[in-house]
Amino acid sequence: MPERSAVRRLDNVIPLREDQPPLPVADDRGPEAGWDHRVAAGLAFLRRRITGDYPVDDFGFDPDLTEHVLLPPLRPLYDTWFRVETRGLDNVPDTGGALVVANHSGTVPLDALMTALALLDHHPASRHLRMLGADLVFSLPGVAPLARKGGSTLACNADAERLLDDGELVGVWPEGFKGIGKPFRERYKLQRFGRGGFVSAALRTGAPIIPCSIVGAEETFPMLGNAKTLARLLGLPYLPITPTFPLLGPLGAVPLPSKWIIEFGEPIETADLGGAAAAEDPMLVFNLTDQVRETIQSTLYTLLMQRRSTFF
Amino acid sequence: MSSPVGRPRVVLVTGVSRYLGSRLAGILAADPSIERVIGVDSVAPRREQRPVLGRTEFVRADIRNPLIAKVIASADVDTVVHLNVIATPDGAGGRTAMKEINVIGTMQLLAACQKAPSMRSLVVKSTTAVYGSSPRDPAHFTEELAPRSLPRAGYAKDAVEVEGYVRGFGRRRPDVALTLLRFTNFIGPAIDTPLTRYLSLPVVPTVLGFDPRLQLCHEEDGLEVLRRSVVDGPSGTFNVGGTGVLLLSQALRRLGRPALPVPSPAVSVVARAFRGAGVVDFSPEQMRFLEHGRVADVTRLREAFGWSPRPTAEAFADFVGAARPPLVDPRRAAAAEQRLLHLLTRGRGVSPYPQGVLGA
Repeated sequence: MPERSAVRRLDNVIPLREDQPPLPVADDRGPEAGWDHRVAAGLAFLRRRITGDYPVDDFGFDPDLTEHVLLPPLRPLYDTWFRVETRGLDNVPDTGGALVVANHSGTVPLDALMTALALLDHHPASRHLRMLGADLVFSLPGVAPLARKGGSTLACNADAERLLDDGELVGVWPEGFKGIGKPFRERYKLQRFGRGGFVSAALRTGAPIIPCSIVGAEETFPMLGNAKTLARLLGLPYLPITPTFPLLGPLGAVPLPSKWIIEFGEPIETADLGGAAAAEDPMLVFNLTDQVRETIQSTLYTLLMQRRSTFF
Repeated sequence: MSSPVGRPRVVLVTGVSRYLGSRLAGILAADPSIERVIGVDSVAPRREQRPVLGRTEFVRADIRNPLIAKVIASADVDTVVHLNVIATPDGAGGRTAMKEINVIGTMQLLAACQKAPSMRSLVVKSTTAVYGSSPRDPAHFTEELAPRSLPRAGYAKDAVEVEGYVRGFGRRRPDVALTLLRFTNFIGPAIDTPLTRYLSLPVVPTVLGFDPRLQLCHEEDGLEVLRRSVVDGPSGTFNVGGTGVLLLSQALRRLGRPALPVPSPAVSVVARAFRGAGVVDFSPEQMRFLEHGRVADVTRLREAFGWSPRPTAEAFADFVGAARPPLVDPRRAAAAEQRLLHLLTRGRGVSPYPQGVLGA
């Protein structure tokens, strides 16, 4: 990946034509020139932010901010802390709408962020993952605008279908709070997959479903207990007690350095299943939901067997 | 959805002493195919509005008064454009009077329309505020979607009630073509709305931790939609606004206005202070809007009218051009960038843009 990330770091490469990749900047003036370009890119970024001269899509996604501010601090976490290994990236199409469906765990949605980073940095087409989030995300001050700017939108059929129709890569974690907020002893046991809304969205838009299995996130913040009363007072779905939180205070916010594997499974094509009519068939929707869930569950078990240990 | 009812002959415009009303009456009066344009309002148009109105006949009448029925009957009005649903209590004499004008006025006007055999078409200006504003909102509201949280107060609640009465009228007079236009926030160099006043504050208070998406409709495009609706518009309910969005923070940066983020518990205190000072009127609905924003889908308008308002960013650029000079001028920012770059790279002359990409 060194080549692409180098281009990304120079960063003002604005592709004027979608079909042409941005030209790499000729860097033949020694190390100083590289530094100069970085300064230039940084200044240009600052100027854009100060004058509001950057595009934001209809959902509030701000690619300029996402690529330069939101994602860079996550890269060390991805590369050195979790040593994320990706498999089956070629199962994710280079263009067009597709729905990535993954298991959810770890009390803090790091798994979603790592999946997004995997697809942006390591997929040959550098795709942005448009994540679907619970309404709680959009009611929390501070979190709400960041989620929208990072490309998330509310997990509802209207939004999912619109994104898929626009040819976006959409990520969904159908277990929701039941998955991410489950106790550590239930690790890697998939919870109920919502009400199958994601399947009907895929059916209506004919987008393939890509099952995605994430191993490692469960051990980042092992949830030993749940301060339910306090959580209810704060209006949160759960309040985790982990080995380090609240015992070590702010240090409890440091995730344990588990070894991660993210595997993208073979796409389940939905284009030939009958479109909108199929989405109205609850039995088909339930069966497809179960199929996706079973696929992810069995992949999780396989990956767990293959992982040498939790932390190495 | 579309039901051509023929060209309008006699058009009655309510709220003609307000900005949109007077402009629309003037535009319709300039159309020679329309026989008469009658403007109604409870106050006379201001002196500077009169040249705009052209041959519009002004009738000073309160739509809350049954007199309006006589005007409609005696002039054989066939098209009514109802613009007199007002967004702010100032100028109306308080919230109670505003609600009276909006709701009772609409009821009275619709009652008069129902009795008039000459009626063929009714155009009503409503607002996308009827969709409410909440964290559970989808990214776009289409016309069929119900609000996730019903507006509980102010203009938005009035608009919900007005729409209810308009739908009732539609059921009782199915022969009248009904066009309900849900406008997003108006913007432009001349129009005066709570949003334009808010954006014109020297320091703009925002809700800490929130950055709503704004969707805007240029005033000229709003007038064009109204004109088209009167002249040959399809009937039905339409969201009206530009495509695309601006984030509030982004809009303020483009304006060059500093934002003052206020924690949401303190917001109502600040809002009250502003209301007390008479600068900007903030209703609790508008405060929710400043947290969660609202975007409407405008596909139906584009398909039915074969025309779209200009995009949000373009409409906003027109407002920026007419607003007072920004704190940070984009050109000065670009010049500063160049100077700093020159300094930092000791004049080696680097362009942040790779050759051949931007230059081409």
